[in-house]
Amino acid sequence: MVSVRSVYTQPSSLTYSDLPWIIEHREDRCTLCGQCTAVCPKQAIYLTYRRQRVPKLDILKKKRGNDYRHFVGIRQNTEVDKMCIGCGMCSSVCPNEAIGPVPNQNEHRSRFHMDQKGDSWKRGGRRNAPGKTILDRISFGRISMLTDPALDAGRHEFSTNTILGRVLPPEEFLRRKASGEWIPPTREIFPFVIGSMSFGALSPNMWLGLLQGVAYCNEVLGIPVVMATGEGGCPPWVLKSPFLKYIILQIASGYFGWDEIIRAIPDMQCDPAAIEIKYGQGAKPGDGGLLMWFKVSKLIARLRGVPEGVDLPSPPVHQTLYSIEESVMKMIQTMSMAFNFRVPVYPKISGSTSAKSVLNNLVRNPYAGALLIDGIDGGTGAAYNVSMDATGHPIASNLRECYQELVAQGRQNEIPLFAAGGVGKNGNVTQNGMALIMLGASGVHIGKYIMQACAGCLGNEMGRCNVCNVGICPKGITSQNEKLFRRLDPDDVAQRVADTFSSIRTEMKKIMAPLGRSQSLPIGMSDALGIDDADAAKRLGIKYAC
Amino acid sequence: MCRLALKTADIPFSPYEVLTGMEAMQEGYDGSGLGLLLRGVSFEDYKYKKEEQIILSGIAHTEQAFNRLQRLMEERGFEQDYDHRFKVNADLVEAKDRYQYIVRVYNKPDGLTTEELEERLMQTRLFLRKNGEEHGNDLTIFSFWSDVVTVKEVGWPLQVGDALGLNDDRIKARVVMAQGRQNTNYGINLYACHPFFIQGIATMTNGENSAFVPIKEWLEGKKIPGYMGYQSDSEVFAHILHYVTKKLGLPLAAYKHVITPLKTEELNAHPQGDFLKGLRTACRRLIIDGPNAIIGTLPDETCMLAMDAKKLRPATVGGRPGAWAIASEMCGVEALVPDRDPSLDFQPMREHTVIIPPERKELQIWSQFDQFTLSQAA
Repeated sequence: MVSVRSVYTQPSSLTYSDLPWIIEHREDRCTLCGQCTAVCPKQAIYLTYRRQRVPKLDILKKKRGNDYRHFVGIRQNTEVDKMCIGCGMCSSVCPNEAIGPVPNQNEHRSRFHMDQKGDSWKRGGRRNAPGKTILDRISFGRISMLTDPALDAGRHEFSTNTILGRVLPPEEFLRRKASGEWIPPTREIFPFVIGSMSFGALSPNMWLGLLQGVAYCNEVLGIPVVMATGEGGCPPWVLKSPFLKYIILQIASGYFGWDEIIRAIPDMQCDPAAIEIKYGQGAKPGDGGLLMWFKVSKLIARLRGVPEGVDLPSPPVHQTLYSIEESVMKMIQTMSMAFNFRVPVYPKISGSTSAKSVLNNLVRNPYAGALLIDGIDGGTGAAYNVSMDATGHPIASNLRECYQELVAQGRQNEIPLFAAGGVGKNGNVTQNGMALIMLGASGVHIGKYIMQACAGCLGNEMGRCNVCNVGICPKGITSQNEKLFRRLDPDDVAQRVADTFSSIRTEMKKIMAPLGRSQSLPIGMSDALGIDDADAAKRLGIKYAC
Repeated sequence: MCRLALKTADIPFSPYEVLTGMEAMQEGYDGSGLGLLLRGVSFEDYKYKKEEQIILSGIAHTEQAFNRLQRLMEERGFEQDYDHRFKVNADLVEAKDRYQYIVRVYNKPDGLTTEELEERLMQTRLFLRKNGEEHGNDLTIFSFWSDVVTVKEVGWPLQVGDALGLNDDRIKARVVMAQGRQNTNYGINLYACHPFFIQGIATMTNGENSAFVPIKEWLEGKKIPGYMGYQSDSEVFAHILHYVTKKLGLPLAAYKHVITPLKTEELNAHPQGDFLKGLRTACRRLIIDGPNAIIGTLPDETCMLAMDAKKLRPATVGGRPGAWAIASEMCGVEALVPDRDPSLDFQPMREHTVIIPPERKELQIWSQFDQFTLSQAA
């Protein structure tokens, strides 16, 4: 027996059963083609020589013995930085279904060792809270059965669009119209908006595919979808193109990309859909954007006006101004002025118990065009695990609270509220979005759902993949490495964008028709909602249905 | 689905006529409520002067409430000139807590401007209503306005007419609105009976407004006195009409553009498209989501009919110079004005507002696609 002390072990030594994902390899099916090891983004598997004992029995000589067989097998890496992320690329390339990751039902001891070299666990993805969300549990229960017949979702005409931009009270609108004064710009858009994902976080192919798809939705399908850029600017050819009108440009605390945008203003053929000022993000409230050095390619460096290959952490707040209130006010006015008061400007904040104060601030700001609240289930390209898992506020009650505040003031159509953070995280995108709309949102932003539905993002709430931060996205969605992003064909992404939004529009009709709604988006139609949880029902001011 | 009937004629007629018209449409209501609203009122035993007098309508459910009402009206300086008593046959009334139906004529208080008077009348109505609610709902007040009599009762229309002796010609009117209620979502309540009334404006509706809750929340948030109640989803139609014409000062033709705005592509081709798109955005919370037929009357005896944008509800208007009828079914029109040319009956579509002007010579049909006069803003 080997003495224990001679076994090589150290505190972070792990075995494969300590890891969240265990590779199952079937030697009998493996042809040793090596595709799995080549494709693995983490180098979590490698080919290795192994020796197997084969019992040998010589019957004539009545003698037992051993023989040894040598073979080439697949071994799983147990180092923390190379452990399997469960993406399953190995199984997708294997010609013989010989390999694949299986979730480890055991506790994950690797969790205690993610901070190698003193660097806390950073990752991309989402909060990793599996199971039904509050939104998933909301049902639409006010079905028209008596006087008001349910409508025919297939044949009836439905108005499914929403308004982005400041809406004046009717009296004020008429007064300004009569005296020729400024009327704040508004946009009629589809209420499901592709949420902020930056050019930098996303690969060029992904970004191009999204934009192509959005243009197709607008120009061919008649669905006025808009997409937000996230912090990091926008390629100059897009800024000067007629597609800019489908884009919400984001400015965040790092101001990345705004040199290019400001320079492009004189050459713009049309106005952008809106300007989003990011003050916070649901996935990592109180934290700035983070583009890790792996992803700062030549193109990204040019767009953002920075050197190549450096980390780009944005500050947590807009540092140039004295207070957040002042910052909100000044930035909204400045951005409005930059686009000659023709473009709605609105802030995006993290879901927070302080959201209501921000809202009340905005109500008194005549230039504020909307408020976007991003809840704790929002996704991100890179953040500390602790921020993602534990910081923030769920969107449902936060949004509802803000809407009810506006109702109390009689101003619920003036500052449109947009909600984000976990919409469609379990796949029920239309149901989640419509639940938020009936709780009072004018629309919702969806990011992760778009990546999953339109580009095949492999991430899930069980911690699968979640490596958007390091630029090794196996699908090429969040990588700046062209070997990886070449895997993603922009035309295919565009096709999926069109599929996704067509399907959302149909599902919206299937939700609205039984409620007897077709003439306007049922914003705040809380009498239609029910939930199987009495406490949640009370908190949200909707019916308890059981 | 509720049934609606309206008749407007140069020569005053008995409200019982309209109830017989309702009888023709009998299958469409459940007797959970009947409402009648009369304009151009004349009493057999009293000369009513519209310019000088106002009429209070309601029900005192107990003797105490009745006495309290008298005292409260005196305290508030209203001088009573006439008290119309229906010849009530209590056996025909379903409810047992009807001490006295109130139709009382008061002299207009002096020295007030029109706005001040209108405000005072509404505040008085709201005060009395609240007072009744504070006393266990022993007093129900429907309207307090010049030349408007309102009767609301639970029961079948003809039965209610017989119960109140409405066929004795002691009370007649030039305009009568009647609604037989089919109770849908909300409780059986006298305040839930149509027609709904606010400052001279009255509407009644069939169908159901599925956008009721957000509209109600918005109207309540305006904190405009009188925008309350909402025992029925249809009450918002009266308040929106009030808001559009009285608070926003827009012409009557704008009402339809507020409750059922045209689509963007239609407005792009409209001569006032720019204004109407802005109006649609500003009044986005007031977009109704029918199906509904909305019948309204105004203080000058103008009558109107508008459909929701889905046009899933019937409504017909027909008549001859001097007498017109609007009803939720054709048989209602037939019963109300039989001596007309039925081939000229009109069924409005989603874009139409039908107006019967006070002169009652002809119908006006407005389409949302047409330009309208817009002194203020266009």
